[in-house]
Amino acid sequence: MRIYDDIFSSRLMLGTARYPSPQILRQAILASGAEIVTVSLRREAAGERAGQKFWDLIRETGVKVLPNTAGCHSVREAVTTAEMAREVFGTNWIKLEVIGDADTLQPDLFGLVEATRILSAEGFQVLAYTTEDLVAADRLVEAGAQVLMPWGSPIGSARGLNNVYGLRAMRARFPDLTLIVDAGIGVPSHAARAMELGYDGVLLSSAVALAGDPVAMARAFRLSVEAGRLAFEADPLLPRDMAEPSTPVLGRAMLGGAVSS
Amino acid sequence: MKIILNGEPAEVNAATLAAALEELGYGEGPFATALNRDFVPVGERPETRLTEGDAIEIIAPMQGG
Repeated sequence: MRIYDDIFSSRLMLGTARYPSPQILRQAILASGAEIVTVSLRREAAGERAGQKFWDLIRETGVKVLPNTAGCHSVREAVTTAEMAREVFGTNWIKLEVIGDADTLQPDLFGLVEATRILSAEGFQVLAYTTEDLVAADRLVEAGAQVLMPWGSPIGSARGLNNVYGLRAMRARFPDLTLIVDAGIGVPSHAARAMELGYDGVLLSSAVALAGDPVAMARAFRLSVEAGRLAFEADPLLPRDMAEPSTPVLGRAMLGGAVSS
Repeated sequence: MKIILNGEPAEVNAATLAAALEELGYGEGPFATALNRDFVPVGERPETRLTEGDAIEIIAPMQGG
């Protein structure tokens, strides 16, 4: 999986929020095989040191970090957050979120394009959290994004892939672009489906963090992403409306009906 | 002077952002700063002067999805 100038063997990216404990987070990262995890920023009081502890834990795992602009509802807010994240985390990567709708957390595609243009000009490598809208995707690529992350369904909804047709069309339209399904993945079969469609990777968070056993679920996702990718590369059979015998008919004995003399 | 620190009223004597961070007890730790909603890089903190009513945001790493 290519993210700008880097190639990764794991196609699963993992969020780091809402785990029962830092220890389980660390074990889940290792069990998932993820080489990239998402991180964020929040206000810190003097002497609190919570940020330092979390950052130390992530660095110990040796994975790369992808900072996000989660919760940003305006271009200005997202751009400033990205600039602050670049300094804190020491990376040009930014998972750019500009939220437009409070109920669905659907991206504001107009603001997203504008923020992508500003940040690309500032030397950021933008991974744009978007929808499956093809026109928006065109604009994002023009604005400088080399990785697009369409939603499967609303963030945290666990509904899987709401619009398989749209995701398939996006893959067909941008065959060489890195496309990652982000958001809405609930169970490993959802992730496998995204991979079978030819997506380069999946990003998920709550599906693992909020599972009864996050470490086991991390491993389940690792296997499903690998299985889905392998299936895509193996050129899967397409669905059809009517049955087609899987046992060859040629040479079949005539054992039914009346025997003719 | 009175400032707003992470959304809460605060009082500092320092004239610059760098001095204010020291006065408020922020150490070396990983954090980034913004003044009146604009990012201030670490290298610009010593020469960034504060005025009454300035809003300072100090943010640090946290878990994300």
